[in-house]
Amino acid sequence: MEWEVVIGLEVHVQLQTQSKIFSGAATAYGADPNTQACAVDLGLPGVLPVLNEEAVRMAVKFGLAVGAEIAPRCVFARKHYFYPDLPKGYQISQYELPIVAGGTMDIEVDGQTKTIGITRAHLEEDAGKSMHEGFGTGSGIDLNRAGTPLIEIVSEPDIRSAAEAVAYLKKLHSLVRYLEICDGNMQEGSFRCDANVSIRRKGTEKFGTRTETKNLNSFRFVEKAINYEIERQIDVIESGGEIVQETRLFNTQSGETRAMRSKEEANDYRYFPDPDLLPVVTTESDILGIRTTMPELPDAKRARFVEQYDLSDYDAGVLTSSRELADYYEKVVEYTGTTSAKLSANWVMGDLAASLNAENLDIADSRVDAKTLAGLVNRIADDTISGKIAKDVFIAMWNGEGDADAIIDAKGLKQITDPDALGKILDEVIAGNPTQLEQYRSGKDKLFGYFVGQAMKATKGKANPAEVNRLLKEKLQG
Amino acid sequence: MSFHTLTVAGLADGLASGQFTSRELTQYFLDRIAQHDPALNSYITVTAEQALDAADAADQRRAAGEAGALTGVPMAHKDIFCTQGVRTTCGSKMLGNFVAPYSATVVRQLAEAGVVMLGKTNMDEFAMGSSNETSYFGPVKNPWGVDAGLVPGGSSGGSVAAVAGGLAPFATGTDTGGSIRQPAALTNLTGLKPTYGRCSRYGMIAFASSLDQAGPITRTAEDAAIVLQAMAGFDPADSTSVNVSVPDYRAGLDAPLAGRKLGLPKEFLAEGLDDGARAALESALDVYRQQGAEIVEVSLPNMHLSVPTYYVVAPAEASSNLARYDGVRYGHRAEGVESLESLYKRSRGEGFGREVQRRIMVGTYVLSAGYYDAYYLKAQQVRQLIADDFARAFEEVDAIIGPTTQGPAFALGEKTDDPVAMYLNDIYTIAANLAGLPALSMPAGLVDGKPVGVQLIGKAFDETGILSLAHQFQSLTDHHVARPEGF
Repeated sequence: MEWEVVIGLEVHVQLQTQSKIFSGAATAYGADPNTQACAVDLGLPGVLPVLNEEAVRMAVKFGLAVGAEIAPRCVFARKHYFYPDLPKGYQISQYELPIVAGGTMDIEVDGQTKTIGITRAHLEEDAGKSMHEGFGTGSGIDLNRAGTPLIEIVSEPDIRSAAEAVAYLKKLHSLVRYLEICDGNMQEGSFRCDANVSIRRKGTEKFGTRTETKNLNSFRFVEKAINYEIERQIDVIESGGEIVQETRLFNTQSGETRAMRSKEEANDYRYFPDPDLLPVVTTESDILGIRTTMPELPDAKRARFVEQYDLSDYDAGVLTSSRELADYYEKVVEYTGTTSAKLSANWVMGDLAASLNAENLDIADSRVDAKTLAGLVNRIADDTISGKIAKDVFIAMWNGEGDADAIIDAKGLKQITDPDALGKILDEVIAGNPTQLEQYRSGKDKLFGYFVGQAMKATKGKANPAEVNRLLKEKLQG
Repeated sequence: MSFHTLTVAGLADGLASGQFTSRELTQYFLDRIAQHDPALNSYITVTAEQALDAADAADQRRAAGEAGALTGVPMAHKDIFCTQGVRTTCGSKMLGNFVAPYSATVVRQLAEAGVVMLGKTNMDEFAMGSSNETSYFGPVKNPWGVDAGLVPGGSSGGSVAAVAGGLAPFATGTDTGGSIRQPAALTNLTGLKPTYGRCSRYGMIAFASSLDQAGPITRTAEDAAIVLQAMAGFDPADSTSVNVSVPDYRAGLDAPLAGRKLGLPKEFLAEGLDDGARAALESALDVYRQQGAEIVEVSLPNMHLSVPTYYVVAPAEASSNLARYDGVRYGHRAEGVESLESLYKRSRGEGFGREVQRRIMVGTYVLSAGYYDAYYLKAQQVRQLIADDFARAFEEVDAIIGPTTQGPAFALGEKTDDPVAMYLNDIYTIAANLAGLPALSMPAGLVDGKPVGVQLIGKAFDETGILSLAHQFQSLTDHHVARPEGF
């Protein structure tokens, strides 16, 4: 039986405002429990929310970036449920009139471009955190996170595989960082995802019953959880069972999902417009003002890189996958000039990326900064060193031994290009290998490589390869 | 000297001219509280020591030439306003030991104007009631009928009993469906509910957020003007407060009556209005006519829908606002709970009284999936119709006049078993809350020795208009001077 997978994602993106969405308390991560929660965050009697306009601007930025409509009037609604880390007994969210509706985002999987619809994005406040370990029979509540601004981005059920889901999430993750509306820190929960998964027989229209797997906070977990869910649902249906609409939790240890609560046990959230907050009115001129603060977006930047730096679309895609990486690359090129743009791209995507990966570092934490890497690229471009020697220089740079020039100097790595000096060395090499010389001259052309090798050996790799080739040819012919 | 018979204006003048000190006044009222409150139960908390300290500080400020309009004038706050360092119960066991780490904006503003707080007054639990019988701290007696066991009205029952009984020169109240005006009418006081958004709701414990409004409870309209001056104003901490400049209310009190048009809604005279209350209203109309005002019949055709509309909107918002009282962070927490669910159920079951529970259930029901459209959404639509009725009427008239209640105070227990009869108490007052309009009740005479009031409803932010109407009425009549026997 052929099954088609239908996936819709709900992504919670923490907005990186200084203060909370409805109070003046700070939003910084990692403070001692309950030190960043004021009377409003604690839901004390009589307190009232006041909307943080910066959060609205960030949501509008996102909406514009995905080509969505910005609601001229959006409304906050209360979503009710009881839980100890939800201080008011309701979450202030948006329901019928969200701030952003109807956008799209293009993703690429296996070289194919696909457009994923974005149903809506709404503003809401985050809840606090419950901690069930280390408190005996009780639980601990930390309300520092309560009131942190979020946008919840809801996709259309356009996604057809775990790979597409991950591509969508990665693109979204890159976008919100480009927009500087989210720090993207998935471990700290700044970017997390709920996956709605269902399956249906290929060719049928009707959606299957879906399950929602909550709070996936890494791309790998999303992929694993979705694939697990697909297999599980196929197993259930093919063995004659039925899928139950329910909320499921992903176990990061076992890689399995398990049922948390079914539709029957689900809360009736009793949404209604929050009478403490006025509708948010966004005018055309507000939107124009926000548009002027928009950075260049990934797709536009990628196209520009192809154009301006003569890079392949693939390379441009890699280099623009994050704003920080793109900025790093452009800084390198600033110091090397566009004639070395391709060479710079190779180094950023090659040795630099490999070193970052090996130590699991972000580009922002690179041990070689853009200017230093440019110094190396420049020495390759002006033939001071060969590409091969450059690899050693890079390692020395990575290990903090100084910039390219200092390392080349200290280690005496400067390429030998002077024909006189090089000629002398080649004469010695030839003189030292009379047998091979004779064989070469009697037609064994392959021995040319041998002589090149000997020359490199004699110069410890510093000989300019092109010059070695040219001079050797002359000299060997005799 | 009988300080308790003086008005706020009179006390402020006496303080200004050095006839007496705030210390003397404050001690006088504390003594009266000690003497009379055991019978009235109008205060939940008396802050004697803090009051005397505040009085001394006020006297010093006055001596230093730094006195404001209300410097040294004692008063009481309804126990719905958070007061930093002094417990705020909202009349509930749930908040029986709650001490807020902040003061309500209204409390802060009055403190800045110089008032001396005597204590916190009793009220219906979470302001839900019309008789002050739902308070966890026991019912309040109406000074006009202590022996007869008359209710003072509600929910600001403690505030009116304290002012009517001379245990405070004035008090604050809140009005969601009549909770300032109805008790003011039943105790021969002037009670003003300002326009929605005129006074900040920050720090005022929410009952129904889109209806709640703070206001003064005083003996005269002039006093109401003086107190409102200190309470009103835009507050950035309350998104629903409105940034409209605050006029000089007292300066507008003498606007002439001649030529003003008062609308009398025919729906207000329908069945249910007690003969005595009707007669009091008619005699008030005569006073206005004699002064050259014109009384015009107007119609508020959706008036009959205001009580049912209110009893959908208010409980819906209340069920949401009261969700935070869960026993987790503050307030009453049940002992010996075994699960999260039992923590919630038992803390809320024990902490809330019957009327509050009833309204939480009604509110939860009308917001539930499948019922929302039929109840809450429909009620909001009707609410708009009621507001439209007023808008049409105000095209023709400057203010609307009518009864405040169907009749005078009833006895304790008389309506406790019949919630609907209790709810009908607010039949004339609720519409102004639904439309967000300013409204006041003023003393209009006695029926069998029991006070009744007349209500004036104004255009949005025209508190001055209705205050001046009431002030002129009080200049021509002496209903407001009448005092309950023994106080």
